[in-house]
Formats: sequence, C-alpha cells, structure tokens
Amino acid sequence: MAIGLNHFLILGAFLFVCGIATMMLKRNAIGILMGVELVLNAANVNLVAFNRYAHGGSTGSPLLTGQVFAVFVIVLAAAEAAVALAIFLNFYNNFSTIDVERAQNLKG
Amino acid sequence: MNLLADITASQQADVTSAVLFYVFAVMSAASALGVVLSRNIVRTAVCLLFTLVGVGGLYFLLNAEFLAAVQLVVYAGGTLILIIFGVMLTSKSPFSRFEPKLVEVIIALSINLVLLIALVAGIWSTQFRKQAFEGGQYPMDKLGQALLGDFLVPFELASVLLLAVMIGAAYLAKGRRREEGESTPAVGGTSMSRRAREWS
Repeated sequence: MAIGLNHFLILGAFLFVCGIATMMLKRNAIGILMGVELVLNAANVNLVAFNRYAHGGSTGSPLLTGQVFAVFVIVLAAAEAAVALAIFLNFYNNFSTIDVERAQNLKG
Repeated sequence: MNLLADITASQQADVTSAVLFYVFAVMSAASALGVVLSRNIVRTAVCLLFTLVGVGGLYFLLNAEFLAAVQLVVYAGGTLILIIFGVMLTSKSPFSRFEPKLVEVIIALSINLVLLIALVAGIWSTQFRKQAFEGGQYPMDKLGQALLGDFLVPFELASVLLLAVMIGAAYLAKGRRREEGESTPAVGGTSMSRRAREWS
C-alpha cells in the first residue's frame, strides 16, 4: 500500500492531539511549552505534506510556499520558546516554583 | 523486459519509502505519546527529542531536505537544548513531578479522543490528490530565491522579531533579579513575602 497524503495528515492529527493533551495534563510550565512545540510540529508536517502533493502553476516548477511557511513556523517556535523560558525563569526566581496552578498573580 | 525491471524498481522504491515512513511515523507517534504520559519532565524532554527527529525523517521522505536539516539543527539542537536548560534551572530536583487530578485526566482524555476521532474521520473521508508532484525535487537555491524574493517582507519581519526576542528574553531573565539584588539582598522566601506585602 503506497504512502499517500492521508498517512501524513493522520500522523499530523495524532501529533496535534498529543500536543493538546500535553498542554491540558502537565502542570509544569515547561511541560506545557513542550506541548506547544508538539502542536507546531504537527502543523509543520501538514504544511510540508500538502506542499509535496500540490502541483505547481503552469511553468511546472515546484511550489515552495508550504516549505517557506514551515521555515517561518520553526523560527517563530524558537522565538516563542526563548521568551517563554525567560518568563518562566523570572517566575521561578520570584516564587521558587514552576507549577502553573500557583501562577495566579503573574501580573505586577 | 526493460519495462518489467522498471516496474519492479518503482515497486521497490515504493516499499522502501513505505517502510521508512512507518519507521519514522511510529517513532514520532510513540514518543509523542510518551510526552503525554510521562510524569517525569526530563523523560518528557527526551521523548520530545525523538519526536522531533522522527518528524525530521518524515521531511526527508517528503523531499524537503533543507527543512529536515533545519529541523534537526534548530529544533533538536537549539530549542530542545533551551528547554532542557529551562528544566535544569527551574527544578529543585530534576525529578520533581506534579500529578494532575483524576478528573482533569478524564476530561482531557475524552476531549482529545473526540478531537482525534473527528480529525481522522475527516481526513479519511476526504479525497486528496493521489499523485505527488512529478519530479518533486525542491532545490535549496529555489528556496533561497523564494525567501529573498516573494517572501522578503515576512523574512525581514522575522529577523526584526528575532532581534526583539533576543533583547526581550535577556531583559526578562536578567533585569528583575539585579534590581531586587540592589534593593534587598534577600532571596527565595523573604523576597516572596516582601512581594506579598506589597500587593496586600
């Protein structure tokens, strides 16, 4: 049975659901960040798979839009991880815990 | 005879790519499940590493070699190291664990099961294009021309964003602590109680 677009999309859906479940179940803030990374990876799998199965315009050159979007997603994920970790470190310095249940007065 | 050889060669390529797909897919899916189920944050990070490597292998199967390299270098090499540093810096013991309540687990699992079933049913019932793009090579020079041609504005915006993120992360992670150290040399519980007094 040849591998088609469906297989990649189902894998992407599974990774997405795992990411959502991680975000729901972890109480460690860094665990939640890992869930976000899983969701972004699922989106990237979908983007690249659709890009592989999209037929280009009249010129016959391959479409690259999906891959370019995936590159941007990777860049944004790295930036988001850096800022989130800086916030978590600051939070840990002030409250000496990383439990999101106790992050109720992050303001100020 | 030649045609027969061609057919068997293409079938062999099909079988090889199918086997590789299932290897990478099972690897990334199983480790994603490990990310959900593991109660230990260090093990979660290691599972995430295997998920990222498996997704990188899938990019290779989709002929996106540049993206696979970027995935391995930036994600598995950079972002994950950042996360592991965060784990080490924010846990008193590296094996600290926070258990979710049983009600939360039941709610989360039911919601996600419904979501997964809906997504898979939607994907199976849709007719997608069977044939991948012919001659599907995605050369790196084309990708570079696209980044600096059609996508020049988002590219420059991303560079500005990275600069802002670098400055902001350095400020967030460092600035507040030094300010506190100048005013009161207290750490830990005392500075926390001082904050509580300020708020009340």
